[in-house]
Amino acid sequence: MAPHDMNTDDAPKVVGDPFKMPKIECGASMDTNTYKAAPEHNEPLGFPGELLDNWQEVAIAKIGELAEKNRAFQVYLDTCVKCGACTDKCHYFLGTGDPKNMPVARQDLLRSVYRRYYTFAGKYFPWLVGARDLTKEVLDEWYTYYHQCSQCRRCSVACPYGIDTAEISMAAREILDSVGVGQKYCNEIIAKLKKTGNNLGLNPKALRATLEDLEEDLEDETGVAVKLPLDVQGADILLITPSADFFAEPHIDGLLGYAKVFHAAGVSWTISSYASEAANFGMFIGSYENMREVSWRIRQAAKDLGVKRIIFGECGHAWRVGYSFLNTLAGPFDFLDQNYPIPQHIMEFTSDAIDDGMLKIDKSKNDEFVMTYHDSCNVARGSSMGRQVGGQFDLPRKVMKAVCNHFHDMERDTIRENTFCCGGGGGLLTDDLMDLRIKGAKPRMTALQQVTADHGVTHMAAICAICKTQFSKVMPKYGYEMDNIMSVHQLVANAVILDGQEED
Amino acid sequence: MSYEVDGQEIATDEEGYITNLPDWTPELGAVIAKAEEIEMGEEHWAVVNFLRDYYEEYQIAPAVRVLIKSIKKSMGPEVGNNKYMYELFPYGPAKQACKIAGLPKPTGCV
Repeated sequence: MAPHDMNTDDAPKVVGDPFKMPKIECGASMDTNTYKAAPEHNEPLGFPGELLDNWQEVAIAKIGELAEKNRAFQVYLDTCVKCGACTDKCHYFLGTGDPKNMPVARQDLLRSVYRRYYTFAGKYFPWLVGARDLTKEVLDEWYTYYHQCSQCRRCSVACPYGIDTAEISMAAREILDSVGVGQKYCNEIIAKLKKTGNNLGLNPKALRATLEDLEEDLEDETGVAVKLPLDVQGADILLITPSADFFAEPHIDGLLGYAKVFHAAGVSWTISSYASEAANFGMFIGSYENMREVSWRIRQAAKDLGVKRIIFGECGHAWRVGYSFLNTLAGPFDFLDQNYPIPQHIMEFTSDAIDDGMLKIDKSKNDEFVMTYHDSCNVARGSSMGRQVGGQFDLPRKVMKAVCNHFHDMERDTIRENTFCCGGGGGLLTDDLMDLRIKGAKPRMTALQQVTADHGVTHMAAICAICKTQFSKVMPKYGYEMDNIMSVHQLVANAVILDGQEED
Repeated sequence: MSYEVDGQEIATDEEGYITNLPDWTPELGAVIAKAEEIEMGEEHWAVVNFLRDYYEEYQIAPAVRVLIKSIKKSMGPEVGNNKYMYELFPYGPAKQACKIAGLPKPTGCV
């Protein structure tokens, strides 16, 4: 439980600089590669099983198709002036020192090929404009470095032209998939979701058993029969939450928090076994079709169960897809109650429940924790929440402060819109990239160590399944324990006192 | 990669999870554990056996919490807690214990 003991004197102590420029080392992470997908992972997604014979032709055509279909993508490829504002904004660059992990260099891996085949200068004077042929070496380089980008978009905040490296990285992965070079982690998971409804592969019987087990735990703890309903026809609210909430720690503790809040608010709600996943890995691989298919399950479940509202649990990129794209992908949601946001975030629900006095809260239940909050990248830079601008930053903090007595923010340039990625986002949360994940977490961990030194912060909370898993794995490398990362609704669960609850 | 038991080669994926689940025997479990640098004791086997029983019933590994609760019931709170599970299986009770138990790797944001 105890973090670094760095508070030996009262004066603020600099433990490290999260923005420190690393020593540049060419090729430092060129051998860091993630496992490639097998044909049985690629084919269910509509991709060729393995590398096509005519891959070069197909890849070049795909670049053209994407530039034609997606104007923003073409603008991103055309407008970079190499100003350098993005160079030191990427946590993987800061962590590895590999110059190809500078966002501009990462973009150029694809931009140089686009130039060669789709611009006048590149077609006739490639040596003058940094244009290059698409060779197998280039394809391999794409695979390596586009799987060292977590699509967190911190660099895009710094770019004066608003170039979004995440879009380029998604496009690159789509091109790779289209020629049969997929990533095992993402593609296996999407294929599994299409079969079972979630990334974990949890079937309805197992899901029901898990939920019943958790109900037992809740009743043991509180003496109150708090339910975790599954597939309830006619419930008002459909909860769409990452399947990690049914499996991992501290995710499950967050799920128990949602259940307590719903119980205290007296609403009827349900989980769906058909759409038992909030995460949408279709976004990570840049595949509109797969993203749509995953989203469509949510619509189908909402219709089949006859619910009035959809609420998303704590899942970062799910909320980006939910908030920003769900209506386009699977709308119109004219069959839902239009008086509520479609979809709504659990943080909005809990925040309103607090304002409406529906929750009885004993903040002292969290007194053992000195908290900080990690803004998850996709929530911070790809969505909003609530009724005020910046709600995606303010609501989680408001809820935390409502249930905890001790809260300190990390350095301003490492939170809110400038937040550092956890180091495991965008389809990189896989064991074969553990070394990269540990290095990529360094800026966030350094900022955390600073508030530990300055304010005695012991724990950090997040609202993203990937962040939670990533931190539980990498925090021990930075002097913390694996349970020093918490779910925001875990803190809520600790502090909420239910009617009829037995207190010890 | 692959494992060898009694002169027979057992196929695995890149990460050492066996690909044909019926291949598993306790002997193979011991071989996988050795490759993971884990010396299997009574407590390790209790976890592995619970995972296998659960998998047979539900075709998936249990949530860590469910595992811990069961082990707590059968072996007491000194063994049935999260910290101790990580002492038994340093790469995690879900992933590493599943690998030794011959079950598929849990996927997703876990």
